[in-house]
Amino acid sequence: MSKTSHTKITMPNMAKKGEILEIRAIAQHDMETGFRYGDDGKMIPRDIIRFFSCSYNGVEVFKMDLYPGMGANPLIVFTTVATETGTLEFKWSGDNGYEAIDQSSITVS
Amino acid sequence: MNTRLEESKNMNNARRKWLTACGLLGVYSWLNPLLALAKKPEAMEAIAKIVGNNSVNDGKVKLTIPPLIENGNLVALKVSVQSPMTATDYVAAIYVIAEGNPLPNIFTAYLTARSGTANISTRVRLADSQRVWAIAQMSDGSFWRDHADTMVTLSACTEMP
Repeated sequence: MSKTSHTKITMPNMAKKGEILEIRAIAQHDMETGFRYGDDGKMIPRDIIRFFSCSYNGVEVFKMDLYPGMGANPLIVFTTVATETGTLEFKWSGDNGYEAIDQSSITVS
Repeated sequence: MNTRLEESKNMNNARRKWLTACGLLGVYSWLNPLLALAKKPEAMEAIAKIVGNNSVNDGKVKLTIPPLIENGNLVALKVSVQSPMTATDYVAAIYVIAEGNPLPNIFTAYLTARSGTANISTRVRLADSQRVWAIAQMSDGSFWRDHADTMVTLSACTEMP
């Protein structure tokens, strides 16, 4: 499948308070640009992920707007500060009703 | 007879010089295709839309992309902005604009004081040899920018991967 809700989050599951966490978020998606022509000579319609966000225990800490210039299977690497034990929720949304949610928990000491 | 020989020698020399000049020009423009590219109006429009009437300063931002790219479909791109990232002084947003893409915007990242650092890495598509801009908006509203030039041998967007 070229477009699934398959996602992967890579981040530490334990951290000290105040430590900076590096989070790698990847979603399986073709990111069809809408600038290409298919074999039949017709333009392939645009189908991309438009929006990504990350919330830490319900508080939004990072978000991003995506455009066709993003590569297929978009990988986003960003950072956040470990403040408290809890869960980080990641959300992707895009064209044709695409939606994906992933979660990762962290223990902060 | 002698003068004629001399003359043809001179002409040969001139011709040789001219040919060398042509060759050098060719090599030069091949090495510097970016000089031949003008700033794309769409990209400038996109940047103007972001910054509005504010002035954009050079510095603070560092945009890293490989100078030579074999395949424009997946290009590793990294933006880092110097900032203390405290509650009163942090990077609010990072915009990445490509001059040579059919749609200049690549992504916009919105950060908060809880981001800790202003480092974003991702993979982008580049349609052509071009200049890419990164513009950072600080929490106080000031804009900072950096650019990187790159050469792409296989372009993305319009070609089949």
